Amino acid sequence: MQTLRRKDILGLEEMSAEEITLILETARSMREIMQRKIKKVPTLRGRSVLNLFYEPSTRTKASFELAQKYMSSDAVSVAGSSSSLVKGETLKDTVRNVEVMGVECVIMRHPVSGSSHYLARSVEASVINAGDGMHEHPTQGLLDMFTIWENKGRLEELKVVIIGDIRHSRVARSNLWGLQKMGAEVMVAGPSTLMPPDLDIFGVKHFTDIEEAVEDADVVMALRLQKERQEGGLFPSMREYAELYGLNAKRLAHTKEDMLIMHPGPINRGIELSSELADGPRSVVMDQVAAGVAVRMALLYLLLGGTKE
Amino acid sequence: MALKHKATVMDEKGMQQALRRIAHEIVERNKGLRRIALIGIRKRGVPLARRLQAYLNEIEEFDIPFGILDITLYRDDLSQRQDQPEVHTTDVPFDLTDKNVILVDDVLFTGRTVRAAMDAMVDFGRPASIQLAVLVDRGHRELPIRADYVGKNVPSSRNELVEVRIQDLDQAEQVDILEKAPE
Repeated sequence: MQTLRRKDILGLEEMSAEEITLILETARSMREIMQRKIKKVPTLRGRSVLNLFYEPSTRTKASFELAQKYMSSDAVSVAGSSSSLVKGETLKDTVRNVEVMGVECVIMRHPVSGSSHYLARSVEASVINAGDGMHEHPTQGLLDMFTIWENKGRLEELKVVIIGDIRHSRVARSNLWGLQKMGAEVMVAGPSTLMPPDLDIFGVKHFTDIEEAVEDADVVMALRLQKERQEGGLFPSMREYAELYGLNAKRLAHTKEDMLIMHPGPINRGIELSSELADGPRSVVMDQVAAGVAVRMALLYLLLGGTKE
Repeated sequence: MALKHKATVMDEKGMQQALRRIAHEIVERNKGLRRIALIGIRKRGVPLARRLQAYLNEIEEFDIPFGILDITLYRDDLSQRQDQPEVHTTDVPFDLTDKNVILVDDVLFTGRTVRAAMDAMVDFGRPASIQLAVLVDRGHRELPIRADYVGKNVPSSRNELVEVRIQDLDQAEQVDILEKAPE
């Protein structure tokens, strides 16, 4: 397959293994551009992109903006708090307005699950979901897969354990869909209260004992513990969570030497992941960040590179 | 659209002789290999550049910097095509600054690929000069570009196709002219 025949990137649930492979392969070519002295190719000259972030973001936003600059597209960024949303304008109206101004692609992060699907149906511009509620964060899933693929040379038959708050995690959902399509064996681990009620649809094994889960894992992915969830009473305290489910050198003592340690960031150091591991030799957290730019360049190219019928 | 074989304009031996002659011309014009670098344009420019490298080394033993250029991201027709062409990796593992870069491609036709390749190279540094070596020049330029080294001039009409086949990629070694014949 050579082209991505879709208008939007909304989630990995609806994407095929062939499409994911194409994106990862294109990203590999894009990464070379980031290593040049002059990090810019003229490919998307004259194409306009809008970044619409209704939730705070550092990595994802910076990464999208850099990808847009490296591809020579023109981008504007609007943060939710400074937009007309606070004046009561609907999402659809906001985007229709900028579409008239010539925007061909909208990158959106929004607290409501399904918001990017709604937007994609309402406008002609391509929509890339940069995280919608608890639903999906497809570009994070893709950059995680890219990082594993680059470090391990493959995805199929790798044992990947995702640890933590699966229930509220769009990152986990995108990885669960994507990794399984690419042939990896995925498991989840963490307290039962932080597992989604619909875990069955993913068909993955759930562990409450971390040491048992990671025993012969090729990759462990720690998720950020969202402090705001504690108020809902889903786990007693940060300290207890860290003690039972946090990753540290002792807990990973009997694991594979070449196991990859991943985290989508931002890390609560000492809670879900110890500093020693986050900065240690098995950590690929920084690879993930770099992969983010390459993957997003690939997506912009694949969505905007050709003309629309 | 059917393609009809019209003529074979170069065979294996002809290709070898042409590349060997180009190698000698490169050495003569650049007074040796000291500042030379070779860059092959994907796809068929790459194996051709590898061969040139071997012939150059027959003349003079010297480690010539070698690069691979994928020009997809520099094409001028991206917004006119329905499908995005597949992007492949560019690999220029050396500093171009002050090098005499020999850009290698199989066929010189409209000149648009070479234009894109020159744009790409400028992003890597400022070479002392860029020279162009092609196996076949078939004419019909759309830009003011000419080759410095030509294996063979093959006058062709626009409804013909010049097909270069190289052992490494195509399990054959020859240059053919094919005619587009209406079915």
